[in-house]
Amino acid sequence: MIYLNLFAAFFKIGLFSFGGGYGMIPLIERELAAYNWLTAEQFVQVISVSEMTPGPIAVNSATLVGYRTAGIFGGAVATLGVTLPSLILVLATSHFLYRFKRHPLVQNILMGIKPVVLALIFAAVLFVAQNTLFLGSMNSISALVYQLDPFAAAIMLVSALCLFVFKVNPIIMILASGAAGVALYYMGYM
Amino acid sequence: MNKFGPKWELFFVFFKIGAFTFGGGYAMIPLIQKEVVEKKKWICSADMVDILAISQSFPGAVAINTATIVGYRMGRYAGAICATLGVVLPSFIIITLIGTVFTRILDVGAVRAALRGIGACVVSLLMVAAVRVARGAIKGVLSILVAAGALLLIFWANLHPIYAILMGIGAGLAAYGFNLIKGGKQ
Repeated sequence: MIYLNLFAAFFKIGLFSFGGGYGMIPLIERELAAYNWLTAEQFVQVISVSEMTPGPIAVNSATLVGYRTAGIFGGAVATLGVTLPSLILVLATSHFLYRFKRHPLVQNILMGIKPVVLALIFAAVLFVAQNTLFLGSMNSISALVYQLDPFAAAIMLVSALCLFVFKVNPIIMILASGAAGVALYYMGYM
Repeated sequence: MNKFGPKWELFFVFFKIGAFTFGGGYAMIPLIQKEVVEKKKWICSADMVDILAISQSFPGAVAINTATIVGYRMGRYAGAICATLGVVLPSFIIITLIGTVFTRILDVGAVRAALRGIGACVVSLLMVAAVRVARGAIKGVLSILVAAGALLLIFWANLHPIYAILMGIGAGLAAYGFNLIKGGKQ
């Protein structure tokens, strides 16, 4: 039954996510919490691994969630689930695919969806920040200040600076941040 | 087309793209353009711009949508399935291999620290993505209100993201209906 649940959950995720893998993060998180498949910390690890491996983030995270939940077959059904909505929708609309984009109805719907996608990505920022930069939850502002992990926050700020201002290649930033984590661990700070 | 036949070539091209691009679907777009437009000359660059726009407006992963559309165009249903399999399989193989090791080394403190450092960097990567999406999404006060409202509802009021998406679709439909009634030009 777990395979069926994994397939259904990721089919739903694939069907309702717009704007690629990042917008999927809050959707996946909701499903993981509903089924108790992974903890928030484990899911953030999944996102980190998905970022540093080649391929689409959506597929990487589906495969890894499925694998960690129910082994290789779990990974296979989750991957199939997240892929099938795309395949079915594109093939079903293939006859009018090229007129589709220019239709005012479609353009209006997309203009409505885009701000929501932006909100989903911000929700993903907050979710990952909550589980890496803070040692506890973000329930109250005072707790937030005390529980901020200064070293994780420093890594975040430096990487933001490098990505936004110096346009450093993301994969180099990921490797450097991982190395910084290991270094801080051996110095006893992380 | 090479000696393996067109379906296999679609599979190989997208397998290569899936196996060697880091940074997710958007990072794949320049590679797909290079392979499909410049190297293989399957699709002209003007059509490719259309295909990319369509694949970003469909639900699901952008890389999968692009592979499916290109595959369908080159070889109908079988082509679509070959290209999609090609772009998905490398991820599946690599992640499964990593998964077997990953679950065993997670107890090592240094590995957790590395992942924590990467997690902090992911926050910044997501902010980069948010800025990119904001450029296309924020058009006027209304879109800012929708984005802020949706964020409040999703993150603090625990609204399921699917309902937020449906509300966005509803807002779009309302705008379309409003324009129809007004009889204004779209």
